Amino acid sequence: MKHVIIGNSAAAVGCVEGIRRTNSTDDILLIASEPHHTYSRPLISYLIAGKTDRQRMKYRPDDFYAANNVTALLGKTAVAIDPAAQTVALESGETVAYDTLLVATGSSPVVFPAEGLEQVQNMRTFTQLQDAEALLESVGENTRVLIIGAGLIGLKCAEGLRSRTANITVVDLAPLVLSSILKPTPAAIIRAHLEANGVGFRLGTSVAAFRTLPGGGYEAQLQSGETIAFDQLVYAAGVRANTALVKAAGGETNRGIVVNTLGQTNLPHVYAAGDCTESPDACTGQHKVMALLPNAYMQGEAAGMHMAAGGAPLPCAPEPLIPENAIGFFGKHILSAGIYFDDGAEGKYEDFDGENYRCFYYDASAQRLMGYILLGRAERAGIYTALIREATLLPEAQFQQLRREPGLIAFSPEVRAQALRKQVV
Amino acid sequence: MKKIYVREEWCLGCHLCEYYCANANLGNGDMAKTLKGAAICPCIRVEEDDRISFAVPCRHCEEPHCKKSCITGAISVEGGVVRVDKDKCVGCFTCVLACPYGAVMPSADGHAVQKCELCLQNNTGGAPACVAHCPNRAIIFEEEAEVASA
Ligand SMILES: Cc1cc2nc3c(=O)[nH]c(=O)nc-3n(C[C@H](O)[C@H](O)[C@H](O)COP(=O)(O)OP(=O)(O)OC[C@H]3O[C@@H](n4cnc5c(N)ncnc54)[C@H](O)[C@@H]3O)c2cc1C
Repeated sequence: MKHVIIGNSAAAVGCVEGIRRTNSTDDILLIASEPHHTYSRPLISYLIAGKTDRQRMKYRPDDFYAANNVTALLGKTAVAIDPAAQTVALESGETVAYDTLLVATGSSPVVFPAEGLEQVQNMRTFTQLQDAEALLESVGENTRVLIIGAGLIGLKCAEGLRSRTANITVVDLAPLVLSSILKPTPAAIIRAHLEANGVGFRLGTSVAAFRTLPGGGYEAQLQSGETIAFDQLVYAAGVRANTALVKAAGGETNRGIVVNTLGQTNLPHVYAAGDCTESPDACTGQHKVMALLPNAYMQGEAAGMHMAAGGAPLPCAPEPLIPENAIGFFGKHILSAGIYFDDGAEGKYEDFDGENYRCFYYDASAQRLMGYILLGRAERAGIYTALIREATLLPEAQFQQLRREPGLIAFSPEVRAQALRKQVV
Repeated sequence: MKKIYVREEWCLGCHLCEYYCANANLGNGDMAKTLKGAAICPCIRVEEDDRISFAVPCRHCEEPHCKKSCITGAISVEGGVVRVDKDKCVGCFTCVLACPYGAVMPSADGHAVQKCELCLQNNTGGAPACVAHCPNRAIIFEEEAEVASA
């Protein structure tokens, strides 16, 4: 068998490791546009801050490809899939054949047109190692940075660049920071924390036009009427799943490539995993894009196990996937998982002691924890995440006990014994 | 593989496991000296109420969620032991979010995570300190599964 993987990041690595769990002899060929050894994409902001380096940010050890007997074609781009011939065409003109194919192409930043944007030479998006390296070159102590987008990527970029310059302004059309993972109350807490650490915000507005200033630098004219002068623009208004290859091959795509829990697309022998896909959310059953690194790895692993199994039972069931995210800014951590209810809806339990904020979403009729947001104290939050991921039946009294303090003590002695005692078989 | 197991009916709630764990991971010999008056940050945690108490150590899962979720590649499995490379770890806490037992902890300085590595990473010579110092054998270190005698 020959397995071909397009991509070299979390989903691709998960696939390699999934294949090798059961199979040490099949050929694996990996193709990726980026020329680098597999690296942790989220660490590009830590690289800017000097909290990691090129060596430590490698997602797997230097001998990863050799140890897993993978042929890696790095710096090569796939341009077409022919599902009938079972081949992938590369930009370089080569064609490679596959028995099974994993598409793990991730996502690409979106840039919306704006007047004068094309004149801004010092413009970068922020999703790749090369972006971080360019910003390390261009941003110094006196550089005024304008970031478009107050989402995860824009704010991580702001945090990283803050170690280099004190002059950072973030603009977003949304009135809140991190509008994809936070509700208004925690968003306001995080915004205040970022402001206290020297990041400026203009929210609820957007850039109407960019101008080049005669004396050097640029100016952004906001919808609100205000102008902001800057030297470096970072465009982080969102990403879009890279679905084009599968779509052109006749595969089903929506906001992402549509896959099942095994990573199968509707094209025979073609799998997809990671940020380029949409897949079932174990919490709600709905198909959605859950573009986060743990999900990319676990989807890739499930696909890899299935690609190698050839119909035999898998070494483990695919992990249930839910939206789950941990991210921090200037020492304050945000942990969130599952889904949130609308404000005012029943089942929302919120508290804030001035330092730590916690909000739980509990469905009393289904007796299930559906989601949570924690700011500050992170300890043992995984106990909550597991309840959401496993859709555990959770009576209200038990939920109330857990809400006060995460611990296995809230569970029955039998459940605890299963977890902690030696099992006699 | 040998793992740490907990027998909650034997636990006295003395918290000695937490102290010995913290001390072992600080790499110091004299516990009274190093931990006197200091807040400790052990990898094992005792839970208790007015009826029961028990310690929760890492389970070294066969399908470790912490390892699969780690965004940096800092968590790996070596011979069944789930280990963390603190030098690679940036303290994002995705593994804290992922561990169903609450057994991966922010480290004392908050810049990385820590977890039980069966005392392989410190100077106790591979015999877990929590087990060695549990006065009532409520924490044991034994081979995984065994066949019950009839
Ligand atoms: C700044 C930043 C911070 C982040 N922080 C977090 C975080 O804290 N937590 C979290 O969970 N997630 C975070 N993410 C998201 C995380 O990086 C992604 O979820 C993860 O990288 C997805 O992995 P993937 O394998 O699906 O795709 P990607 O990492 O996007 O990799 C795609 C791969 O495909 C290759 N490729 C694409 N098209 C082609 C082609 N046509 N031919 C050949 N190769 C191709 C690329 O070169 C690349 O190797 C962050 C992202 C960014 C940018």
